[in-house]
Amino acid sequence: MTAAAEVKSRFVGRRRARRRSARSLRAWYRNPSLMAGIVVVGALVLVAVLAPVLAPYDPIKQNLPDALQDPSSAHWLGTDRYGRDVLSRLIWGARVDLRIGFLAVLIPFVIGSVIGALAGYFGGWFDAVVMRVVDVFFAFPFLVMVITLVFVLGAGETSIYLAIAIVSWVAYAKIVRGEVLVVKEHDYVTGARLGGLSDRRILFRHITPNVLSQAVIYAMSDIVMDILAIVTLGYLGIGVTPPTAEWGSMILDGQEFLTTHWLQATIPGLVVVVTSLGVSWLGDGLADLMSPEQRR
Amino acid sequence: MTDAPVLEVDDVAKTYDVSAPLLQRLFRQQQRTLLTALDGVDLELRRGEILALVGESGSGKSTLANILVGSLPATRGQVVQDGSAIPARRDKELSRRIQMVFQDPYSSLNPRLTVRAMLSELLRVHDIVPRSEVRKECLRLVSLVGLDEDALDAYPGQFSGGQRQRIAIARALAVRPDVLIADEPVSALDVSVQATILELFASLRDELGLTILFIAHNLAVVQHLCQRVAVMYLGRIVEVAGTDEIFANPRHPYTRALIASIPRMGDTSGAADLVPEGEPPSPYDLPTGCRYHPRCPFAEAQCRELDPSLRPLSESAGRVHLSACLRASDLPESP
Repeated sequence: MTAAAEVKSRFVGRRRARRRSARSLRAWYRNPSLMAGIVVVGALVLVAVLAPVLAPYDPIKQNLPDALQDPSSAHWLGTDRYGRDVLSRLIWGARVDLRIGFLAVLIPFVIGSVIGALAGYFGGWFDAVVMRVVDVFFAFPFLVMVITLVFVLGAGETSIYLAIAIVSWVAYAKIVRGEVLVVKEHDYVTGARLGGLSDRRILFRHITPNVLSQAVIYAMSDIVMDILAIVTLGYLGIGVTPPTAEWGSMILDGQEFLTTHWLQATIPGLVVVVTSLGVSWLGDGLADLMSPEQRR
Repeated sequence: MTDAPVLEVDDVAKTYDVSAPLLQRLFRQQQRTLLTALDGVDLELRRGEILALVGESGSGKSTLANILVGSLPATRGQVVQDGSAIPARRDKELSRRIQMVFQDPYSSLNPRLTVRAMLSELLRVHDIVPRSEVRKECLRLVSLVGLDEDALDAYPGQFSGGQRQRIAIARALAVRPDVLIADEPVSALDVSVQATILELFASLRDELGLTILFIAHNLAVVQHLCQRVAVMYLGRIVEVAGTDEIFANPRHPYTRALIASIPRMGDTSGAADLVPEGEPPSPYDLPTGCRYHPRCPFAEAQCRELDPSLRPLSESAGRVHLSACLRASDLPESP
């Protein structure tokens, strides 16, 4: 029949693939918050990676005669009460804080997303049990739980990872479950089921990619939360063990001298603020980039 | 075209229990509330035909479609394919046989899979063609629905509604189904695009001998596409006949109303009298007797008491004309 041929000629697709790549490129540099996030976070990561090269002094070695100096050409941001260079400690601190911040998000992200996806997709008693557990966790403030857990588990990096993972997987579970509930009603999921695809395939290939963007965006703000938690733990003296350079413990050390040497506590505080801003920008930018409207 | 039914719907009913929770019912002394979506539907689909299923919103068309593809279990009755009943829970092979094209082409395609990824996944899972021929088969499928090769590497978001519906059709055809259920496949599309999709269905029937159940809420859409029309009202089939027959000689007042409601240029006849007034009765509380009688201009005393069943009236060209109207043989021309 000629009808099909005629229909075909009328519906010749154009060179879509090429148009798509050009458009997504434009989306990248048209997205100021994403660019700002990449620049700030990228710079911080670079500093952390290059710490041994960039830091002018050893961050841990004490030099008591030079204690509590004001900024000078030798020590750009001065020295702390043990004579350690503040700039070097900041640079080395980036390693610790960024590493813990990003890694501590990864574990609950994976665990929470998987549990949430299973609960949302299968429903039933598993969903009911998981959601009650989630409610219990949500009833406690995040920081209080983390601090308590770190107290129980003992100070140190491993405890911090564990404590944060135990507390924050619930948020991912809740987000992903909610999104799965929405997406699984879409006709393409029904279509996949009619296509005879297995539950595992439907859940992980057809549903999960469409729900993860929300979790990724939340993860970005969660990094900020985690960095603040680490800093708070450091400030309370139960975080990363001294003398390791870490921003929270630097603020703690500096606050005693707030009236005489205010830079000591203020500078690491500012660095925390800038880091948080950078990561939130990154999150906002990713949110714009990953929303389906952008994918046209 | 043979007349052996590919798919039979045998007395299928679907009721939903929408009662208040048990405790509340006990306190307030309420009865159980049942919603009757389908109430004993019989239908058969013959190989190579397009059968239209027409009815207004809430008449149970989509519920029937969902039961046919196994997304919903029926409360009563069964779906029979090629002589054997098929259950609602289906394995890979059983679900392959009946595929569906959905109404909304914007929610029926996964936004994160390219057309190629979507099609080749189905081809591989069902071993439709040898692995080495998957690429070729994908190309064949998109050209079958009138798209060209470029479409394979694009994402659904890059297509228009009509093109998306073509992809959805290609997806349904990928697993080589025996029957295609099209649930209002054109009602979400622009009028100009509707015609091209209808043409596509017609050419698929002619070229592949595909059997299609075409669901629509409007008779105009199906007039030139389908061989037979089944009209549905409140969970029942009220009239079934060949398309020409049903347009020329409708034997149920509801069918007449549907035909009268098709807009026509320069139409000045008194057809407006036939258009049913008001909403259909609530499916929670079906009227006694014929369920169309509260809106029917021809209703008599017996219509309020007797619940009519689908009865054969005549037969022409192998197509039986069935109607569920008590006055089917003596319907006056106008009320």
